[in-house]
Amino acid sequence: MTIAALQGVEVDYPARGRALGPLDLAIGEGEIIALVGPSGCGKSTALRLLAGLEAPSRGTVRRQPGRGETSVVFQAPTLAPWLTARANVALPLELAGTPRRVARDRAAEALARVGLAAGVDARPAQLSGGMAMRVSLARALVTDPRLLLLDEPFAALDEITRRALADDVLALWARYRPAIVFVTHNVEEAVYMASRVVVMTRGPGLVAAQVAVDGPLPRPAHFRTSAGFRETAETVSIALAAGMEAAA
Amino acid sequence: MRRLAERLAPVVLVALLLAAWETACRLLAIPAYFLPPPSRIAASLAADAPSLLASAWNTLFMALVALAVASVLAQAVALVVALSPILERAVRPLAVVLQVTPVVAVAPLVVIWAGIDHPERAIVALAAVVAFFPIFSGAVTGLKSADPDLERLFDLYGATRVQRLMRLRLPSATPYLLEGHKVAAGLAVIGAVVAEFVAGSGGAQGLAWRILEAGNRLQTARMFAALVVLGVLGAVLHAGLERLEGAILRLWRGR
Repeated sequence: MTIAALQGVEVDYPARGRALGPLDLAIGEGEIIALVGPSGCGKSTALRLLAGLEAPSRGTVRRQPGRGETSVVFQAPTLAPWLTARANVALPLELAGTPRRVARDRAAEALARVGLAAGVDARPAQLSGGMAMRVSLARALVTDPRLLLLDEPFAALDEITRRALADDVLALWARYRPAIVFVTHNVEEAVYMASRVVVMTRGPGLVAAQVAVDGPLPRPAHFRTSAGFRETAETVSIALAAGMEAAA
Repeated sequence: MRRLAERLAPVVLVALLLAAWETACRLLAIPAYFLPPPSRIAASLAADAPSLLASAWNTLFMALVALAVASVLAQAVALVVALSPILERAVRPLAVVLQVTPVVAVAPLVVIWAGIDHPERAIVALAAVVAFFPIFSGAVTGLKSADPDLERLFDLYGATRVQRLMRLRLPSATPYLLEGHKVAAGLAVIGAVVAEFVAGSGGAQGLAWRILEAGNRLQTARMFAALVVLGVLGAVLHAGLERLEGAILRLWRGR
């Protein structure tokens, strides 16, 4: 079943002209989709359309999730520095009217889910980049979203932290099965995490190719070194290069 | 060792300058009414300490009252303005005019309005006028300084205007408000002194009055002594506020 869809969507910005589209993209319930493509191809714009944070200039955006059922994680952790990790995570619930005590309890649970049970009372400034990103992830998960949107969530982290977080996201997905759409520059990360990789081209964003990724989710050990993984990554890389050439 | 040198450097420089000043005054036989040597100023400082300290407290008190008045007014106006872009456009030019008009030019008018018998009202009003702008400006900037991605999250969560103000914009503005108050406090002292000068001898007891009084009597050493107290007052106030700002910011960020 489709949980959200972009149909013939175009976005124009007054200053820059066409920023995106026309783009067609359907997201199935519980699906994990990676959007890859060069900078400026409209990946993040597509994500904001799916979140309902932006309206298209033309075309339709269909969104099934109700209010509070969509969560977004940005490239930076985007935490309020004056709040503790727990209060940051509780924020979406409190804004929706959940009593503070209940919200804070659920926030502590969400932090435990991302492996931060000990850090609930820390402030963002006291957390490492990876830990802050986990708090951000916990805040996105605390509302039990049906649609989770990640905008280059691990781009600012080192390789080891990135990989650990990718596995954590997949483990969380296995338990709660939200549909996930994530934007990345990294082909390997896209193939590792997604069940479908959507390759976009620059200027303005069009879908150059859609590559299905075979294999179980979450990924078994040694998935990265399997022949299937390498072949799929190769296919995505070729599609990405072809798209960039066509746009040039 | 290096830290010690860094700490001592300003002290040594001041000591050298004072020594040169003292020597020059003695060798060139400069009359004391024209330029008294530091030793004379020190003597005057010691002799007049009680009255100078009372005057310093007077000036400081006026400046602090003015700061409190300016703080309440500036933040209230900034809050109203932050809720409405139209109002901001309307208020901005007035605030700028208020800021660029030299306070000394407005002072005689305010002294008349406050009444000859109430120079302290004029002093507070004038010091508040100068202290208003940095707080207002900091508050307006601060209220608009929230992380745009956090603003987007508040959109996503369907936050109300009040929630956005109380839980995002006001806390985000904290560092800007602190900076604004720090600048404003320094300006409030300057404003108070200027106002004292204009209000003249009509009952004002601040440091400016001491300077005027000593000047009229050609007691140059006492003028210098009052200036020294004024300088120390400003420096102490600045240092105190810097520490307070640091402490509150540490609380705000959690480290």
